[in-house]
Amino acid sequence: MQLIYEKSMPGRTGVRIPLCDVPQAQPFPEALRRKGAAGLPEVSELDLVRHYTNLSRRNFSVDTNFYPLGSCTMKYNAKIAEDAGGLFAQCHPVLALLPGGEKLVQGPLSLVHGLEQQLAEITGMDEVTTQPLAGAHGEMTGIMVIAAYHRARGDNKRKYVIVPDSSHGTNPASAAMAGYQIVTIPTAPYGDMDLDLYRAAMNDEVAAVMMTCPNTLGLFNPHIAEICAIAHEAGALTYYDGANLNAILGKVRPGDVGFDVIHVNLHKTFGTPHGGGGPGSGPVGVKKGLIPYLPTPRVAKKEDGSFGVEAHPEGIGRVSDFFGNFGVMARAYAYITLLGREGLIEVSEQAVLNANYMMARLKEAYDLPFDKTCMHECVFSASRQLKDGVHAIDIAKYLIDRGYHPPTVYFPLNVKEAIMIEPTETESKETMDAFIEVMLEAAKLAQEKPELLHEAPVTMPVGRLDETRAARAQQVCCEQ
Amino acid sequence: MAKFFTKEHEWVEIEGALATVGISEHAAHELGDITFVELPQVGKSVKQFDTLAGIESVKAASDIYAPLSGKVAQVNSKLEDAPETVNESAEGEGWICKMEGFDAAELGALMDAAAYAEYLKGM
Repeated sequence: MQLIYEKSMPGRTGVRIPLCDVPQAQPFPEALRRKGAAGLPEVSELDLVRHYTNLSRRNFSVDTNFYPLGSCTMKYNAKIAEDAGGLFAQCHPVLALLPGGEKLVQGPLSLVHGLEQQLAEITGMDEVTTQPLAGAHGEMTGIMVIAAYHRARGDNKRKYVIVPDSSHGTNPASAAMAGYQIVTIPTAPYGDMDLDLYRAAMNDEVAAVMMTCPNTLGLFNPHIAEICAIAHEAGALTYYDGANLNAILGKVRPGDVGFDVIHVNLHKTFGTPHGGGGPGSGPVGVKKGLIPYLPTPRVAKKEDGSFGVEAHPEGIGRVSDFFGNFGVMARAYAYITLLGREGLIEVSEQAVLNANYMMARLKEAYDLPFDKTCMHECVFSASRQLKDGVHAIDIAKYLIDRGYHPPTVYFPLNVKEAIMIEPTETESKETMDAFIEVMLEAAKLAQEKPELLHEAPVTMPVGRLDETRAARAQQVCCEQ
Repeated sequence: MAKFFTKEHEWVEIEGALATVGISEHAAHELGDITFVELPQVGKSVKQFDTLAGIESVKAASDIYAPLSGKVAQVNSKLEDAPETVNESAEGEGWICKMEGFDAAELGALMDAAAYAEYLKGM
């Protein structure tokens, strides 16, 4: 397929911009003027429409096919929530910050406030900020809030953050970005963080422990209350990575268990689009004692019932412009409001049931390193197939040929040849059955005709890509 | 002198005033095709088992830990353009850096080749 630049013809255009009919007050400074043309592609409107329509037909999305990408919660995004997101497109976000502007944006401000309250109720926290723009951004915000809390108390000796090895990889990265050293606790044979090693690592130099629960193996840690108590006894705080909240909606509130800080991913749990890099949204919730350190400004409900924007002077400052990715927040607000309490409980029940169905039906053909009831996702290993020379990547590529987005492979790192499947609650039994049949076929092919798996994909515009060469010889500029 | 290994799969070999550091053949094999080695700064001082360098493969990004305390004297700059050298010869041409100012007594906390081979069997 040609690039849009390769379709460019000199002089061809889709629009004619009228000449300026307003006298220019001041000539544009010569030094700032472009010396040549901008180098944009010159195409007709039809060329442009065809180009992007054809590109979109090569795209894979949850609107076209099943997308069981583990750890990513690729659920269907209801179109009614999409409509809600679009309602605010004409409203400029700076209005809320201008003198007298608040009264012009009561709707959007009440939405920010309402979403913060919904999320606080769902997670068991006291207050929430919607500023963080993604999950990892939420993690960093949360850890900075924790650091501000310790600093404000004059407790300056805490330099470590404890992270189990089954946490999301962004956890240690976020804590390190916030200036902490990382202590990693390995997974015990029972599939959760090794409690004895955790106890031994906890002391008055630890600022926080970060738990991903359910963890990246899709397992719920039954010791989280004890883990929180051990941290609090040492004066450390507890951080809950809520990226996998889809598994526990309406069942467990991390705030009730003893967690002090949580981030949630609106783009995963709360039905807003993601994939391809965003936009995301990673609101952070905290317990009472940490509220002063939340980012500034805050949306507050005034005594007369109207909404306003308040500075939050003790906070860690701004972590994004305005109030976060507002369009994503509007979609999540619509999703939560539509489903309500009962609906959200059904979400987690169906998500967990679907993942367990997948696990039960595939464990005959694939090794299951941790054979326990799973939560929203299950992790297999292709180690049995490896004996016939077939890797997890070969199975993944075969699934592409069969019309499925592959599951996550080679993650989590503590499972060899990992295949991580998250069906989500929005898939029917028929869709899962069809996928399961293809997975069983792949396991059979691995024994009988492994070369067919090695060759996959064969139905796509491009065959097997050389991922190593792509990473080693990076050429990211288009030759003119 | 012979190679000594850490539990995190680094090796170190002392020759006179310099100690050469790399990752084991086993580690290179487990990582798969290595795409980038983040070499340490020459002059950097590290304590034994602290993070020394970083390594990325198509599968994962990992830290490389210092097998001994000391100061980085030289780095294998060949790896900047040819990270695959680590896959081809992890315990030879694919060394990461050379350290100076170390204390050979710290080798006591490491495994010799036989003990490391035994350790790998248990994994």
